[in-house]
Amino acid sequence: MDSPKRLFWKRFSRNKLAVAGGIIVAFLFFVAILAPLVSPYDPNDIDRKHILEPPGIQHPLGTDDLGRDVLSRMIWGSQISLSVGFVAVGISVVMGMIFGSLSGYYGGWMDRIIMRFIDIMLSVPTFFLILAVIAFIGSSIWNIMIIIGITSWMGVARLVRAEFLSLKEREYVLAARAVGASNMRIIFRHIMVNSLAPVLVSAVLGIAGAVLVESSLSFLGIGVQPPTPSWGNILTLGKDNMETAWWLSVFPGLAILITVLGYNLLGEGVRDALDPRLWGAESE
Amino acid sequence: MIRYLFKRVLEMVPTLFGITLISFLILHLAPGKPTDVLSDFNPKITPEARERLEKMYNLDKPIVVQYGLWLEKIVKLDFGESFSTDRRPVLDKIWDRKQPLPDRRLFITFMLNLITMVIILAIAIPLGISSATHQYSLYDKLTTTFVFLGFAMPSFWLALLLMMFFGIHLDLLPLSGLKSMNYDSLSLCGKILDRINHLILPVFVSAFTGLAGDSRYMRSSMLEVIRQDYITVARAKGLPEKKVIYNHALKNAILPLITLIGLSVPGLIGGSVIMESIFGIPGMGQMFFMSVMTRDYPMVMSLLTIGGVLTLAGNLLADIGYMLADPRIRAK
Repeated sequence: MDSPKRLFWKRFSRNKLAVAGGIIVAFLFFVAILAPLVSPYDPNDIDRKHILEPPGIQHPLGTDDLGRDVLSRMIWGSQISLSVGFVAVGISVVMGMIFGSLSGYYGGWMDRIIMRFIDIMLSVPTFFLILAVIAFIGSSIWNIMIIIGITSWMGVARLVRAEFLSLKEREYVLAARAVGASNMRIIFRHIMVNSLAPVLVSAVLGIAGAVLVESSLSFLGIGVQPPTPSWGNILTLGKDNMETAWWLSVFPGLAILITVLGYNLLGEGVRDALDPRLWGAESE
Repeated sequence: MIRYLFKRVLEMVPTLFGITLISFLILHLAPGKPTDVLSDFNPKITPEARERLEKMYNLDKPIVVQYGLWLEKIVKLDFGESFSTDRRPVLDKIWDRKQPLPDRRLFITFMLNLITMVIILAIAIPLGISSATHQYSLYDKLTTTFVFLGFAMPSFWLALLLMMFFGIHLDLLPLSGLKSMNYDSLSLCGKILDRINHLILPVFVSAFTGLAGDSRYMRSSMLEVIRQDYITVARAKGLPEKKVIYNHALKNAILPLITLIGLSVPGLIGGSVIMESIFGIPGMGQMFFMSVMTRDYPMVMSLLTIGGVLTLAGNLLADIGYMLADPRIRAK
């Protein structure tokens, strides 16, 4: 008999796409953390003699309208998408777990109020609200993370609620209650830990969504503000110089595509490896 | 059934109330006052004039009272005046009666999304079904790859690439707007063709990025259904496979998709901001973006409210669709 952890790794590593996703994500981590070491130029070094140069030996991905090295700006930009993804999803997971567990564990009026609140949040055109808030309170990277986080917790809350509804009837919860554990202890120490798997999957997929939202905001010019490099705001330059500088559009977009693809593959891989219903299917 | 629908509509009222309350609080608790925008245009404004302005917009009252006053107007369908220099009523800007129907902002956004949705469904449903019935085949793997790409594709990037290729490189399609410069001189047929030409890229981009989710959903829903006993029974009694899939399985497999369509409305409305900004389409999304940038409070609040109404309408339509498709619910 394998332990669940070993079984998970065994199943996960057999899924080539999931491993590819994991490698992409790991690679991004390294690039973002090692940005000062691996970036060939200072991302903000303006070089007026080499404006809008196509990719070549000196600048592998070309230069932008101020002569800055696109590759270096993209390497530093990876820090933005990495941090926005993680912080925003961190916020949404925490909010989702709190609302979901309260709703599922206590039921009754608490459940009704929270579920109605979720219905309302799901009916707000989220991107509209994000745009309005960022434009009104200013577009710092923290504001972007926070607003993406607090507009995307509803899915996690529903997942956690469903887990709580089924788990709270289990014998071990009854046992914990019988020995006098408090509600908080039962929620956090007993039920929560057992509902983490689906939350993990939705968090990984959520990072992909957050990366897309951040880059859209930056592309529209109200996200991360230049000179701070982000993939979205390099693409804005790409649009402005569409007729002459294709490299400004192609490479940052490709980076976003690969990043989001990586998180999606990883998330789906983790989900499949965790889903016992699929375990039998593969041995056939 | 009518009673159920009536109940659903009644339930939407508090939801709509909640949507507007949240939007209102967030916008009005943000630093800065709405009148700052108005007075910024006029640097010579005196403190007294500023105070009068604040009184005029009830900004001297507590925020709850402000919300109440706003709500009172909205109930009478009075959306107020835009803060922009033309000071036109908000409704007039969104639904300009002086313009022909195809040029009204709300209509443009609505039609654009409707066309996109129809195209998405027309492709996603057969695609999902066929990749489910050919699970693990090369075809299924190809469509799965396509789906993953569609999921990860930033719509604005795809838009940029297509504009560069079809608009600039090949010079085949127009880059922005909804009509050409010589639109007014064209014949009716020419006008329609001109519109279609302008719509190809934006509709293609939205459809491509939206397609992925729906076809994936259709596939997994179909896979679930064809494992059921009644499908085995249908096959066992010798029905041709086509009949099994399209008559027996499809009706059940499509139910979750109906709900998904209803839930996708807010995403479509939000996405129209990006699409309309890139392609310079004069719709609701573009108007929202401009209003947000100029802090046009009445405009922003109205568009958020309309967005909420459209979302709820989408959900209601999905509910009705679900009932029409599922006799078990109709019977209740």
